[in-house]
Amino acid sequence: MFVDTVVEDKALHKPAFLIGLSVAVLAFFFAFNFTNTIFGEFLSPVIGNPEESGLFGRFVVSFVLSVIFVLNLLAISFARLKIQILIVWFELFLLFLAFAYSFDLKLSFIQSRIGLMISKGLFTTIYISAVSIVIATAIAIVGAIAKLSNNGFAYAIASFYTSLFRGLPLLLQVYLIYKGLPQLGFMVDAIPSGIAALSLCYGAYMTEIFRAGIQSIPKGQWEASRALGFKSGLILRKIILPQSIPIIVPPTGNQFIAMLKDSSLVSVLGIWELMYLAKTLGQRDFRHMEMLLTAAMIYWGLTIILEMIQARIERKYQQKT
Amino acid sequence: MMSSEITNQNPVISLKGVNKWYGDFQALKDINLEINAKEKIVICGPSGSGKSTLIRCLNRLEAHQDGQIHVTGIELHETMKDIDIVRQDIGMVFQGFNLFPHLTVLENCMAGPNWVRGIDESEAKERAMSLLKQVKIPEQADKYPEQLSGGQQQRVAIARSLCMQPKVMLFDEPTSALDPEMVSEVLDTMVELAKSGMTMICVTHEMGFAKQVADRIIFMDEGEIVEENTPEEFFNNPQNVRTKTFLDQILS
Ligand SMILES: Nc1ncnc2c1ncn2[C@@H]1O[C@H](COP(=O)(O)OP(=O)(O)OP(=O)(O)O)[C@@H](O)[C@H]1O
Ligand SMILES: [Mg+2]
Repeated sequence: MFVDTVVEDKALHKPAFLIGLSVAVLAFFFAFNFTNTIFGEFLSPVIGNPEESGLFGRFVVSFVLSVIFVLNLLAISFARLKIQILIVWFELFLLFLAFAYSFDLKLSFIQSRIGLMISKGLFTTIYISAVSIVIATAIAIVGAIAKLSNNGFAYAIASFYTSLFRGLPLLLQVYLIYKGLPQLGFMVDAIPSGIAALSLCYGAYMTEIFRAGIQSIPKGQWEASRALGFKSGLILRKIILPQSIPIIVPPTGNQFIAMLKDSSLVSVLGIWELMYLAKTLGQRDFRHMEMLLTAAMIYWGLTIILEMIQARIERKYQQKT
Repeated sequence: MMSSEITNQNPVISLKGVNKWYGDFQALKDINLEINAKEKIVICGPSGSGKSTLIRCLNRLEAHQDGQIHVTGIELHETMKDIDIVRQDIGMVFQGFNLFPHLTVLENCMAGPNWVRGIDESEAKERAMSLLKQVKIPEQADKYPEQLSGGQQQRVAIARSLCMQPKVMLFDEPTSALDPEMVSEVLDTMVELAKSGMTMICVTHEMGFAKQVADRIIFMDEGEIVEENTPEEFFNNPQNVRTKTFLDQILS
């Protein structure tokens, strides 16, 4: 969005809004009763035993919580934009940690398993995703060109392919490829099947992205190239594709990020990737939450790295054109 | 018609009985035209009269359905194999410039010679620089097109075409997308090109330019060539009523 040069008053700095907000927050904390949580314990010098503090305790707890909450908002509202964003991120992250902590996690259990999670699980997840991304990109380029060509076979095959693979749930594709290929006489291991399913599915989505990217280049570019005597392959390679990259990158980045997490679906084939290990390592000791949360943090971390790479690529192309 | 084939000077471009339709709509009607080397032709006429369609048929950006078009002795038709060879010899300048935005000015000019004529990079660069000098913007060589004014962009587009050392140059309203103060810099470039002996076919409504350089002016209306004459005759003694009305409108 484009920022106006005229600054409006911040809503938080209007008394009416502030009072309304405070009342709403107070009502929220009161309704959801936080007396029997850690906050109640903190306030036990005031309210006595939280269990027996009754409505009075409930009110004190929610009042204190809402004052802290509103003061926090007010304090943040005076900071500069970048600082604001950092603080809010940090606080939300703390809340997330508190949520995780509430499961009474056994950290030593995580510590003893995380080595395997990373050396085997993370490695396999990255390996499967990276190979699938490369194959899917290749499929998408070929598919997009086929869809835009006026060759009947190419168009028919490409559109049948995108229709089919966008039309089935990925999990179903994983099963179909793993169980179906042996029927046709091809014995395939779990990992190649998983990679095939991911590549084909994401190749289909990305075909559409690439097609739209190529089509968005004005037809004058084709005409100028043709008028210079360029052949169509050369036009695509040197003129059209380079210009469509900045258009293709953001949605493709999204696909990469989605694929990284959808790679967890191949765990149904017994591949030792992150999700599979997260499910199985915790099972024997009934420590599900430890492993699931560990996997969650690893997936999230990977996604953040991908987002940063995507932002960097976008910036690079914005400078150039 | 037949006599021109006997003369020793073969026309660079010849059209015989050319018809073109867009669906049911006939955009070109029985066009007959011969253009010799070094001739400068100006095509004018009201909007929608088929001027763009006509010159876009000359390098087969558009297909004609009937009649024959010969360019540099080669007939243009649907199943031809060597259209790229013909196109390399015909430069085209568009109303909307159509420069390649991801390439610098210099790279725009080097692309053709380097990629399709197979000229090595250093020579292509030398040629590009000399043509950028000719259109008077060598100092912009390393900029990207969007950093240039409209007039400068159009001059780059002219240089880009000239880098291919074409035998014919086609111009489709090269100045109509420009702000008034930039029109003359582009027209000056075209006048100089005309002096250098280039064969030129220009769709334009710049009548000053037409008077100065045209050997023949062609007036089109509703897909037909209505009148074809020297500039003196065309402006001073128009034959057709439609030409007169058009001239009244455009010169008033
Ligand atoms: N791709 C197309 N499909 C259908 N009709 C078209 C197409 N291109 C042009 N026409 C029609 O053909 C006629 C001639 O168009 P053309 O662009 O050659 O006119 P023009 O003389 O160049 O006009 P202008 O001065 O506006 O550029 C117009 O009536 C136009 O609507
Ligand atoms: Mg036109």
